[in-house]
Amino acid sequence: MVGAMTTVPDGLVAVVKRDCPTCTLVEPVLRQLADAGALTVVCQDDPAFPRDLPVVDDRELELSWRLRIETVPTLLRMADGAESGRVEGWLRGAWEAFTGVPGLGDGLPEHRPGCGSRSVEWGVEDELARRYGGRVLTARRVELADLEDDVEALFDRGWTDGLPCVPPTEERVLRMLGGTRRAPDEVVAVVPPDLVKCTVEKVAVNAVLAGCLPEHLPVVLAAVEAACRDEFALHGVLATTWSAGPVLVVNGPVTGRLRMNSGINVLGQGNRANATIGRALQLVVRNVGGGRPGEVDRATLGNPGKVGWCFAEAEDGLRPFPPLAESRGVPGSALTVFAGAGLVPFLDQASRTPESLSRTLALVLRTVGHPKAALGMDALVVLGPEHGRVFREAGWGRERLLEELEPLLLMEPDQLRRGALGIAEGMPDALLDRPLPKFRPGGLLFAYAGGPAGMFSAVIGGWASGAAGSSPVTVPIEEV
Amino acid sequence: MARVLLDPTSERRPAERALTARPPSLEGVTVGLLDISKSRGDVVVDELQALLHADGVATLRYRKPTFARPAPVDLRHEIATHCEVVIEALAD
Repeated sequence: MVGAMTTVPDGLVAVVKRDCPTCTLVEPVLRQLADAGALTVVCQDDPAFPRDLPVVDDRELELSWRLRIETVPTLLRMADGAESGRVEGWLRGAWEAFTGVPGLGDGLPEHRPGCGSRSVEWGVEDELARRYGGRVLTARRVELADLEDDVEALFDRGWTDGLPCVPPTEERVLRMLGGTRRAPDEVVAVVPPDLVKCTVEKVAVNAVLAGCLPEHLPVVLAAVEAACRDEFALHGVLATTWSAGPVLVVNGPVTGRLRMNSGINVLGQGNRANATIGRALQLVVRNVGGGRPGEVDRATLGNPGKVGWCFAEAEDGLRPFPPLAESRGVPGSALTVFAGAGLVPFLDQASRTPESLSRTLALVLRTVGHPKAALGMDALVVLGPEHGRVFREAGWGRERLLEELEPLLLMEPDQLRRGALGIAEGMPDALLDRPLPKFRPGGLLFAYAGGPAGMFSAVIGGWASGAAGSSPVTVPIEEV
Repeated sequence: MARVLLDPTSERRPAERALTARPPSLEGVTVGLLDISKSRGDVVVDELQALLHADGVATLRYRKPTFARPAPVDLRHEIATHCEVVIEALAD
């Protein structure tokens, strides 16, 4: 035994553990190599293994972590302090070619896969990264008192949305950061209302709070980026007395990879990715941006989706038209954020023609905001599969549907005038010299999602739209 | 070992900002009336203006381009340089 080391000398290096049958199998091979030239053997669990060879004691796993060992045995060649190559597991031909020593392991099988390195065991890798990785995290460290409950501590500090959160330990945040290739100190966005520069690390801390998995992080990063674009007007979406909050629609291969829900109960509870990604964005707004209800958030009523509202569009091969993000010029994995104020589901169980169904849709859409309001708000329609089928079978694409809805959503001045229908609310006279469209051009969005049974869809009404308010924003999601 | 969490916030301790001292009276000061462009905000501002004029107080009217965004810096500067007091009208 030669004690512990933090670097290895040049030449051949073998990393092994006694607990690995392949390592014990190649014990004689290691002796052969040591006889043939300089060999450093590093053992992860027993400094007396292999017998009769000088062994570097790496029970603390620092060396294994620094050498990024994933499998034992691993044979590496070091030159000028850097690795010039490695082979993993036992493969006679590969070992002979790699070492230049012929006739290795006479009598041994040709090939045996190795075992997992102790340094990549669950939980250990994070701890090693924290211990040896240097401080890559810059967020303020908050030490809890002995008698504090770590979940209650989050409530006490005002970091939660009212539901319990996952305590953001350094290990969890480091693991979360493994979900992206972006550097922890990269600024993702400037978050309203306090206009704070938000780094990848801060997003990761809040993603831990929200209950996200590391693979969810790229979607959360995209959500923060999109919601903080100027055209989304997050300050206003947050501050408004209206019920609006960010609604996230996710498209592309990422939705399958994260097993996001786009089917039964798509806008409800029960799916971790859907639930935590939307929540993470709202926690970033709360904690980083400083946007808290009762302070800058002045919503009269709010809506349950303000805890977090995120869903995937269905990729069931039966969709009536291309995905939302693609229609907005971003194909593949992408996210659209919409300022949505709540859900109005509607039924039409009798329409079998697109003409009939689009009339139902138009009647519901006319009620967005107020039935006598025009041009004020956008809307996002979530088309259920059974309604989607009616449009698909008739060959109506998105453009055709929008075209057919246009006259159905044109409102006559007599219907809109203040006082008309016995209702004081209405449009100002100055605008009533002509019929008004319910929505501005581009203000009507369609997503396709939901369970297979039920001739239902839903309208998510928006908030003040366009240049004076919020416009939807679509961004690509990093493919990791 | 002490349990350590990472701070999810902006780490800005919001500085406590003292409010400017209230003027003892509105005599001789100019009051800015800022309509933030919400529905019927002009109604509130009109009423306030009438009340202030009845008391002989000078007023200046301002309007934000949209309630959805903070007031543009030029507008804030203009109000700050012309008025000693400002009343912001939120309405619906």
